[in-house]
Amino acid sequence: MPNHPVPVPSSVLAALKNKTIHLSAAKMIHSLFLVNASGDIFLEKHWKSVVSRSVCDYFFEALERATEPENVPPVIPTPHHYLINVLRHRIYFVAVIQSEVPPLFVIEFLHRVVDTFQDYFGVCTEAAIKDNVVVVYELLEEMLDNGFPLATESNILKELIKPPTILRTVVNTITGSTNVGEQLPTGQLSVVPWRRTGVKYTNNEAYFDVIEEIDAIIDKSGSTITAEIQGVIDACVKLTGMPDLTLSFMNPRLLDDVSFHPCVRFKRWEAERILSFIPPDGNFRLLSYHVSSQNLVAIPVYVKHNISFREGSSQGRFELTLGPKQTMGKAVESVLVSSQLPRGVLNANLNPSQGTYTFDPVTKLLSWDVGKINPQKLPSLKGSMSLQAGASKPDENPTINIQFKIQQLAISGLKVNRLDMYGEKYKPFKGIKYMTKAGKFQVRT
Amino acid sequence: MTDSKYFTTTKKGEIFELKAELNSDKKEKKKEAVKKVIASMTVGKDVSALFPDVVNCMQTDNLELKKLVYLYLMNYAKSQPDMAIMAVNTFVKDCEDPNPLIRALAVRTMGCIRVDKITEYLCEPLRKCLKDEDPYVRKTAAVCVAKLHDINAQLVEDQGFLDTLKDLISDSNPMVVANAVAALSEIAESHPNSNLLDLNPQTINKLLTALNECTEWGQIFILDCLANYMPRDDRESQSICERVTPRLSHANSAVVLSAVKVLMKFMEMLPKDLDYYGTLLKKLAPPLVTLLSAEPELQYVALRNINLIVQKRPEILKHEMKVFFVKYNDPIYVKLEKLDIMIRLASQANIAQVLAELKEYATEVDVDFVRKAVRAIGRCAIKVEQSAERCVSTLLDLIQTKVNYVVQEAIVVIKDIFRKYPNKYESVIATLCENLDSLDEPEARAAMIWIVGEYAERIDNADELLESFLEGFHDESTQVQLQLLTAIVKLFLKKPTETQELVQQVLSLATQDSDNPDLRDRGYIYWRLLSTDPVAAKEVVLAEKPLISEETDLIEPTLLEELICHIGTLASVYHKPPSAFVEGSRGVQHKRIPARAGSGESAESSDVGQSGPSEAPPAVIPSQGDLLGDLLNLDLAPPTATVPSVQPSMQMGAMDLLGGGLDSLLGGDIGGSPSMGAGLGVAPAAMPTALGIAPAVGGVGMPTGSYVAPKTVWLPAMKAKGLEISGTFARRGGIIQMDLTLTNKAMSVMTDFAIQFNRNSFGLAPAGPLQVLTPLSPNQTIDVSLPLSTSGPVMKMEPLNNLQVAVKNNIDVFYFSCQYPLSLIFVEDGKMERQVFLATWKDIPNDNEAQFQIKDIHLNSDAASNKLQGSNIFTIAKRTVEGQDMLYQSVKLTNGIWVLAEMRIQTGNPNYTLSIKCRAPEVCQFVFLCYELVLKN
Repeated sequence: MPNHPVPVPSSVLAALKNKTIHLSAAKMIHSLFLVNASGDIFLEKHWKSVVSRSVCDYFFEALERATEPENVPPVIPTPHHYLINVLRHRIYFVAVIQSEVPPLFVIEFLHRVVDTFQDYFGVCTEAAIKDNVVVVYELLEEMLDNGFPLATESNILKELIKPPTILRTVVNTITGSTNVGEQLPTGQLSVVPWRRTGVKYTNNEAYFDVIEEIDAIIDKSGSTITAEIQGVIDACVKLTGMPDLTLSFMNPRLLDDVSFHPCVRFKRWEAERILSFIPPDGNFRLLSYHVSSQNLVAIPVYVKHNISFREGSSQGRFELTLGPKQTMGKAVESVLVSSQLPRGVLNANLNPSQGTYTFDPVTKLLSWDVGKINPQKLPSLKGSMSLQAGASKPDENPTINIQFKIQQLAISGLKVNRLDMYGEKYKPFKGIKYMTKAGKFQVRT
Repeated sequence: MTDSKYFTTTKKGEIFELKAELNSDKKEKKKEAVKKVIASMTVGKDVSALFPDVVNCMQTDNLELKKLVYLYLMNYAKSQPDMAIMAVNTFVKDCEDPNPLIRALAVRTMGCIRVDKITEYLCEPLRKCLKDEDPYVRKTAAVCVAKLHDINAQLVEDQGFLDTLKDLISDSNPMVVANAVAALSEIAESHPNSNLLDLNPQTINKLLTALNECTEWGQIFILDCLANYMPRDDRESQSICERVTPRLSHANSAVVLSAVKVLMKFMEMLPKDLDYYGTLLKKLAPPLVTLLSAEPELQYVALRNINLIVQKRPEILKHEMKVFFVKYNDPIYVKLEKLDIMIRLASQANIAQVLAELKEYATEVDVDFVRKAVRAIGRCAIKVEQSAERCVSTLLDLIQTKVNYVVQEAIVVIKDIFRKYPNKYESVIATLCENLDSLDEPEARAAMIWIVGEYAERIDNADELLESFLEGFHDESTQVQLQLLTAIVKLFLKKPTETQELVQQVLSLATQDSDNPDLRDRGYIYWRLLSTDPVAAKEVVLAEKPLISEETDLIEPTLLEELICHIGTLASVYHKPPSAFVEGSRGVQHKRIPARAGSGESAESSDVGQSGPSEAPPAVIPSQGDLLGDLLNLDLAPPTATVPSVQPSMQMGAMDLLGGGLDSLLGGDIGGSPSMGAGLGVAPAAMPTALGIAPAVGGVGMPTGSYVAPKTVWLPAMKAKGLEISGTFARRGGIIQMDLTLTNKAMSVMTDFAIQFNRNSFGLAPAGPLQVLTPLSPNQTIDVSLPLSTSGPVMKMEPLNNLQVAVKNNIDVFYFSCQYPLSLIFVEDGKMERQVFLATWKDIPNDNEAQFQIKDIHLNSDAASNKLQGSNIFTIAKRTVEGQDMLYQSVKLTNGIWVLAEMRIQTGNPNYTLSIKCRAPEVCQFVFLCYELVLKN
């Protein structure tokens, strides 16, 4: 009998078609893989069906192609999925999605995962995650349901799953009790979901840190190409009950580009330029702001440099001097200078007037730990660099990266006017601290 | 005392030991065992064999243990469906628990167990949970409906869960609303045509209220849902915008970007003279800038979206150039995106700054980035005419550095600059020639050869230079070989006396010693052209080159509109149509930007306009590919093949259906537009790319007032064995149509009609097959309307509006040419903004201005303006000076070229004066003819 193909009934075909639709309908975050610096997957979590870890091969390919660990593209397409990854604390958090999902949504969620781990375990490292793998799993399950974020506020999570402490682990082992909360988190559904009820402290305190980071590019001649300030106000609020706070500024017009914690009443800000809010309990970021390059941004340090190579010589000169500029009289501290020297440089023989320097002949990274800048005696680093014999003059110009801190100064000039509390009777301790740091502060040579 | 102890394995029988522990009487031991199981699971070990033992631990009042067991169940239920059923009873019981946390947990977990059998048991508990008194349970249940729908869609519909879900949109708790929206959106995605998310002003109002109070994630769902709504009028649009704007200050960047999407879409509807419109524009810049100070991964996604926003509304970020300056330790993917946006924002005002930056980048370490920076300098030169000179000198500086890849990249872009500004910068050729020996990349070699060929008459030793390349001809890549062939032919045509030997040599290398068919074909065609008709050869090879586009890599406008509606999605990151991200054949609705208020067309009517061509019945006639095959057969193997087979193709002249002959020759000659390097294709980058969304061209729709000329005979029966073709062109509602009348004047029946166009100036091509479904009997006449697209291949024609057509039937193939009115390719969105108009008018050099007289028109200025508008010539402003009406008008062609006009009408004088300005002056004449045609009919 010849082997005739059996006709497939149309109903079966229709069913098959439906099947594919089912597969593709899955939305949102499907799975998460954690990959360490040596390229091993050390944790996987699937919120829907299990996706084989071989999907990460596409990520590994991208990792191999990337010249530096941070150059792996954040979104990687594969035939059936998309991989969205972030690199934090030398761990790649690789999320797998199957169809159209806003990438920022995924990235923001991954950030939240990282923050939560850090919050729970103090550090976010492979060891910490492995040490607490069950809590990690419970957390991930609680943070996402069917790919929809469920509880991502640290306040709420901590009510659902208690963070591990040595004491509690011991107690749990003895009493057989658990670290999972039995109660519905109180904040979960109230109008102030970020705050739990029934908070009690013996010492009531509210501290605010105004931290500003300057991002700047300075050109060879010392003039500013672009400079902008990223500011945040981080708060640590430990207040009993349901306090209602208002924070006002001396010069609120500086804040024309702000992002608020959900607790801030936007209308009040729009109308009166006053921050009015019921704070979450504990540490949180009240707002972040951006002072753009169109405003005049004060540059607190200057650099004098002379990095030169002569044609035909195997030596190069290196001279660098740092000095304070617009610091409103405050000291510039924790200064760290680093620079990627040209590939042709074999070694550097330098002499720092203060602090210590290191030069890695493999990565060509020069770094100089300066410490504090003394305006009377400016720190300098001088000496020579040796090049490969006979090699031609390097054609790239190294960029100098500077880190520093200035205490008690917000470089934008932002100043808090007053902090008031309503809704509770007691008198809290209040404190405001200012600090300026270098963000991406780069000097071209 | 850490969990890492769970990873230490005993040597023998790990599973066996765990099994024993799971069945232990001691609660604590049980829990520890489950933890060990979970730990193994997290690292991908298979512990499914323990399924029954773990499920046995489920009946406990310890919440942590219960959660752990649930975790395990979700992972393995699929592989053990029968066992999973064992767990059902506990789930059902837990759904009744007094603790809402347990009720929610149970319904949530049940939904995650993707086993068909379980779903039957899930329905009742789910129904109860959807109506639970506790909002925490309701919001969890809402998500569960989406899960269940994913497993068994029919069941969800039959059980009426969708209606319950819709009711939850009006829930009093904002989180429940947000989750219901999220669930409905997910379900709606698999039913593109369903009316699940039927948005009306009431529901919109509820969503906007919930927006203020729900979590950040809920805000994203609601904003994405809002983006699908089509407001009724500009007032509603404004009120939504006002309520969405505060989201721009949210700390979560995904919320910000979703809000930007809603605003970008709805602001299209606002009248531009509204104060609020300007306010909104100003509010959009700061949040976008802030996104760029976030982590690099966020920056990348933000930059990809900003790239779209800058193309749609450059005014938003025009003052923010500096934030796109590259930091040396930005990841490479951020650097490349920033560079791209810098070029898009480059203008006369900031070009000095941009060039200084680009020059800085060209000395960086990363080779890819350096190359792109050099290319960027070239793009600036082409984009900002005033900067061209400075760009060229910057490029020359870079060439002096002698860094090999910098030099090569610079030469590639200089070739494009030569294309854009012919006969202006040849003085640099000498410097370029010095670097001839160091070029080892095919693209750079090809570019250099193109330059030498193009300017052969001014380079004394052009023949020597080209000859030096010829030595290693066979080792060169195809790109270089083709370019070399063309360049030497050019040289020969320019200096025939000294170079005869050289051209012989290259022709024989190409035709006899090469096994590359493209090269051979081109070689043969040159050879025959040169030997039969040198004058024609000159016309073909040294023809004037088509316009080079100013903006490269621009996204085609309809796609851009669609992407703007999808800001923040994967589609927006990849700049590909959203339909490309859906597996399978599920249809995706194209989202469109709403029409601006006062454009006089509602969304519905333009829908009707669009559905026209797509409703065409499926192809009965062989597809175009087959047709081409047929034509080739007919051409190359005529039944009486007594002449050499190449002969017929030569007789076709410029009529080219060989699909690679003459026009590819021209293509190679032209040297490519900047975006394509020296490739063969010559489509200007602004041409719509074939992305399958052709019918969406006429987004706005238009009154059908455009003038259609009466049909004229294009192909007399005498010349076509009895087939007579007459026709005309029309543009209806944004769709270009060729109306044909076919008459059979022969004695036999005609069948198998098909049509093809030769390449033409604006890429006109049939958008579908020729619909002649029945055979055409003798003396029968049939009217056919053929929709045309403008995504076909491009070649400049003489005259510009010439179209060469081939029609095939069962008898033979016939060729004719016809001319279309240029108004055919005037697009509906050709109304320029006043400011832009003024700036553009000034920007176009006066040499490009052409003056015409339109005689004997008896219309007042308003009537004339209305009439012209019917043909997509838009009046932007009117000014009356001393009894003279001045109309300022704009026209946009399908390839993105703008034509500006000033029409002066003096009362009582029937003669109008028309001044036309365009960057491509050759179109002016044809635009004038359109004016005349429209106004006189």
